[in-house]
Amino acid sequence: MAAGTARHPAATTDGLASGWSLAVRQFRFWLTDYRRTWRGSIYSSLAEPLLYLGALGLGLGRLVNQHGDTRLGGVSYLTFLAPGLLAAAGMQTAVGEATYPVLGSVKWNKTYQAAVASPLSPADVFHGHVLFVTMRLAMNCTLFTAVAAALGAVQSAGAAAAVPVAVLTGLAFATPIEAWAVTRTKDTSFAMIYRFGLIPLFLFSGTFFPVSQLPVWLRPVAYATPLWHGVSLCRALSLGTASLPAALAHAGFLALVATAGLVAGNRSYRRRLYV
Amino acid sequence: MSGPPGSLTCVPAATALIHARGLVKRFGEFTAVDAIDFDVSRGEAFGFLGPNGAGKSSTMRMIGCVSPPSGGGLTILGLDPVADGPVIRARLGVVPQEDTLDVELTVRENLLVYGRYFGLPRDVIRERAVRLLEFVQLSDRAGDQVEPLSGGMKRRLTIARSLINEPDILLLDEPTTGLDPQARHVVWDRLFRLKQQGVTLVLTTHYMDEAEQLCDRLVVMDRGKIAAGGSPRELIDRYSTPEVLELRFDPAEHETAAEKLAAVPARRREVLADRVLLYVTDGDAALASVRALGVEPLTSLVRRSTLEDVFLRLTGRRLED
Repeated sequence: MAAGTARHPAATTDGLASGWSLAVRQFRFWLTDYRRTWRGSIYSSLAEPLLYLGALGLGLGRLVNQHGDTRLGGVSYLTFLAPGLLAAAGMQTAVGEATYPVLGSVKWNKTYQAAVASPLSPADVFHGHVLFVTMRLAMNCTLFTAVAAALGAVQSAGAAAAVPVAVLTGLAFATPIEAWAVTRTKDTSFAMIYRFGLIPLFLFSGTFFPVSQLPVWLRPVAYATPLWHGVSLCRALSLGTASLPAALAHAGFLALVATAGLVAGNRSYRRRLYV
Repeated sequence: MSGPPGSLTCVPAATALIHARGLVKRFGEFTAVDAIDFDVSRGEAFGFLGPNGAGKSSTMRMIGCVSPPSGGGLTILGLDPVADGPVIRARLGVVPQEDTLDVELTVRENLLVYGRYFGLPRDVIRERAVRLLEFVQLSDRAGDQVEPLSGGMKRRLTIARSLINEPDILLLDEPTTGLDPQARHVVWDRLFRLKQQGVTLVLTTHYMDEAEQLCDRLVVMDRGKIAAGGSPRELIDRYSTPEVLELRFDPAEHETAAEKLAAVPARRREVLADRVLLYVTDGDAALASVRALGVEPLTSLVRRSTLEDVFLRLTGRRLED
């Protein structure tokens, strides 16, 4: 440990480390943690798209296709469905990572408390986990797209551009939910998030059918959710129908929500860990 | 009670590793730490002795830079805990009251992960991990998961982890609470070795034997305030007598016997629920005068004064109640 800051001769160079370099230390903690479970997580990342795309895209899709493809934008149901499910997979991965692991770290294992006893600040601990969630999102969304391609659900190279959008969709869920999850003392409210948040969004945000099929009064609700923006942009990119202004509006909305979650999390992590 | 901190303020602020003046911590309306003064100098073992809820852990968390003070002055290593938290924490080792180990990782992985928090190079962490596991007698468990380890082993691993950055100050919050007597002695032995090596130890405890064994100096805390401070010997000399005569009576006769004992010449008499304590210079002589009064206890014990007696004298209460 060499000498570092000017203020105290014996201070370590650690005093100079700041911002994301400290967050990367927490990210590496999560990587070590993930080494135990990565195999299982890869299997479920592969199984989920296989099941959904197989049952709904290929099975149900056969029925849907018989009614023509005009309302689906001139593509098969499988091709229509895949980018929607991709964005939804981003949301699901994000919510999974942002709830139980966060409460576990602050309440059960108290590894967050261990981390803030080191040079890391609560914000570093938060950002480190967000980095890890981003990595998990990138993995899952890439695997999803690979499976979709293998099943013939990918029509154009635009599907590759949908991957970062699905990651951004996930982050728009991850950061605000983490900011909230760290304030919890029990996991009971997580079940509510799944039941009354995740599942309705999954079903009504344009994943399985265009939102234009919904009653007029319900559509604004869909427009207000991050998932609809994610689904719309992933789909537009995949089908090659994206326009720049619409793409910017969707991505901008998602980035705004993710950033708001970051700001809220900086605050809530500090309040929980600096008592 | 003579001038509370007394000898504690003799360390000049410039050389004190930890320097607190009028330090306050409030949680809403509740004042957990009520304007306390203390200094800790390099190489000493300094203790906060007091019952649960005395404000010890709140003080430790402020020193650990994870709890901003509500008032007063606090410097650690000459730095401000709020502004320079990361720099200070880089040089602290923390053994929290509750274990914060990652129970799903192995013993060794816990050290490796923690070393990275301090930005230490991988080979340095590996080398230290081997040495530290040897020091806490866990080398043979290095590859095992933490979950099934005993409480004492987890504590020792936490101590090893707290030393990974070779800290200037080691903070131990109730290091042996919840351990069985044998495990406690192993932990004490390791802490004593660290002390011999010149590591500055700051610990909280509600065990008077722990405080007596490990602390060069300590402060007695009660309800957020420091009631007295000094070395264990000084405190006992100042607030108690060389010997204590403990008498037990048949519960039916407890009250009347206790009253009769007022006639025995003693510096002080404490009537507890189950015992009567006589603070005297010569315990055997006192026992003789008890018997001369015609009072026959069920059991009697002559012992030396401890910090428990000091605490009782200062607060009127017992430590572990």
